[in-house]
Amino acid sequence: MKIGTGASPGIAFGKALVIKNEELVIEKKSVENIEEEKNRFEKAVEESKAQLLNIKEKAAKELDEGKSAIFDAHIMILEDPELISSTLNKIESEGVNAEYAFKEIIEQFIAIFEAMDNEYMRERASDLRDVSGRVFRNLMGIKVIDLSVLDEEVILVADDLTPSETVNMDKEKVLGFLTNIGGRTSHTAIMARTLEIPAVVGLKDITEVLKEGDIVAFNGETGEVIINPSEEEMNHYKELKNKHEKEKKELQNLKGKPSITKDGYKVEIVGNIGTPNDIEGLIKNDTEGVGLYRTEFIYMDRDTLPTEEEQFEAYKKVLQAMNPKPVVIRTLDIGGDKEVSYLNIDKEMNPFLGYRAIRLCLDKAEIFKVQLRALLRASIYGNLKIMFPMISSLEELLEAKKILEEAKRELDNEGVKYASNIEVGMMIEVPSAAIISDILAKEVDFFSIGTNDLIQYTTAVDRMNQKIRHLYNPFNPAVIRLIKMVIDNGHKEGIWVGMCGEMAGDKRMIPILLGLGLDEFSMSPISILPARKLIRSLNSKEMKKLSDEILKMNTAEEIEKFIENYFK
Amino acid sequence: MEKTVKILNESGLHARPASVFVKTASQFKSDIKIKFNGNILNAKSIMNLMSLGLKKDDEIKLIIDGPDAEEAMEALVKLIESKFNEA
Repeated sequence: MKIGTGASPGIAFGKALVIKNEELVIEKKSVENIEEEKNRFEKAVEESKAQLLNIKEKAAKELDEGKSAIFDAHIMILEDPELISSTLNKIESEGVNAEYAFKEIIEQFIAIFEAMDNEYMRERASDLRDVSGRVFRNLMGIKVIDLSVLDEEVILVADDLTPSETVNMDKEKVLGFLTNIGGRTSHTAIMARTLEIPAVVGLKDITEVLKEGDIVAFNGETGEVIINPSEEEMNHYKELKNKHEKEKKELQNLKGKPSITKDGYKVEIVGNIGTPNDIEGLIKNDTEGVGLYRTEFIYMDRDTLPTEEEQFEAYKKVLQAMNPKPVVIRTLDIGGDKEVSYLNIDKEMNPFLGYRAIRLCLDKAEIFKVQLRALLRASIYGNLKIMFPMISSLEELLEAKKILEEAKRELDNEGVKYASNIEVGMMIEVPSAAIISDILAKEVDFFSIGTNDLIQYTTAVDRMNQKIRHLYNPFNPAVIRLIKMVIDNGHKEGIWVGMCGEMAGDKRMIPILLGLGLDEFSMSPISILPARKLIRSLNSKEMKKLSDEILKMNTAEEIEKFIENYFK
Repeated sequence: MEKTVKILNESGLHARPASVFVKTASQFKSDIKIKFNGNILNAKSIMNLMSLGLKKDDEIKLIIDGPDAEEAMEALVKLIESKFNEA
């Protein structure tokens, strides 16, 4: 048995599909039959094209056009007369194998792209690698795994899954994820919870331990993974799965009921989304609204900025679907771990401490304003609240609000309507903002505490760094004190305070947060009903006492133990 | 026939406009070449086009020879001048 980090609850068992991005070894060989070698190359190109066409058609059906366009570009590379004829010429003139000839030609182009002084063009080199890798595999008879067209149900096993892999994969056929790296807040984990697919991450060497076709069973809650389970173990997992499904069904009875404590204290439990398509999962889980709509996904995986119209349509869709429930839309938060190549942002030593989110938006106000205009125009379709990310000083907040006012004036002049009562709030994720939250509270209608970054910045721990991950702990007394400070300062100015980090959905944390007076809990859709069940079992006055106790404690360990014992 | 045109797109001739250009060029029988910085390259090749790394305000010379040269020139010049129908 192996133990990793339970990242998305649920039980899964099935055949492992191990994705390895191993380097292909290409040797130079001389060939006798030139014509045959040329045919072999042309056949591999045709085969690659057919595979790409297949994926593209599927992508066009399930994804938006922008995303299927990438496959068009890949197909076009395979149709490139220059690339094909140079390779054929090389096979002929040097009498070498197709793999070697193609590699030589493609690497010339990769070298040209990589030498360009433009981040965007440098990334095209990776397109070439992607496409040529497919051709090499077809030439060498190595199976090409396409996550978008799977033949059978599988458990995906990988080092880590990239956003483009999770977007393109066949969700019907994927029973679960197992990865070598990552924690509860890594992309794979968040994606798994959004899709309600069980997942265990941070297993270190699972891609080495598991062989293609092995059967694997795991528990996404506890992080336990069993390789080739015995019949007895398998039965145990089947039972667990049934139990989990039963619990899930029982939670359905909580739909339509308020999130209210035993003593009548009401809170709001809402969900986090990344794209308009995620609303489906939220509605299914009876959300009371959207507490965080991460708009950066509109900007990612494409090669130009999204237009005002495109953004307007996306925001409108979410607002309409949720109306009259509140929708908190966070303005662009790129930089950090989320890169957008076409903005040509230089590589930074410390991207999380760098040019990102509101810093970038205030610097490129023309881009920011397009988003604000789209938001304002969409506001008439529902209950919009606008939220600024990464604010670290009062000046930034005032500047952001000023640009929002400018956008309003523009729309006024154009005679375009927008809602008059839009609440404007900010994320509290930088310690400096938490510390001056008494000042900031006078300028906004709400705070939402972003704990993923707040913990990282407060404790100076990179949450993706495996070696120090144990230091990334939401129970750190410094973090809990900061949260208390923010809630108190917000309430003093009469504004509501929410939380949209992973902490808000953590059942060990919810009692403490309730005691501290948090008004809104925003989480992955999958956590909403369990959180409601928990809230309905608690007494707010008791939790106030509990949090008072906790605030006196010295270490994270002490707090964790106390909570564990309290709810035993 | 030859004509010099200027790239107007904000972010230069990146993947999308380059692919639109190649698709359009490939519809014509004529031999279509681009001259830039002293290099003359086949304009029906996306790799060639992208390897030029054309930026906004770069000037390129279109060299077209063949039975439908005139139509090809008209279509390609229009495409470039319309910024490849991008916002």
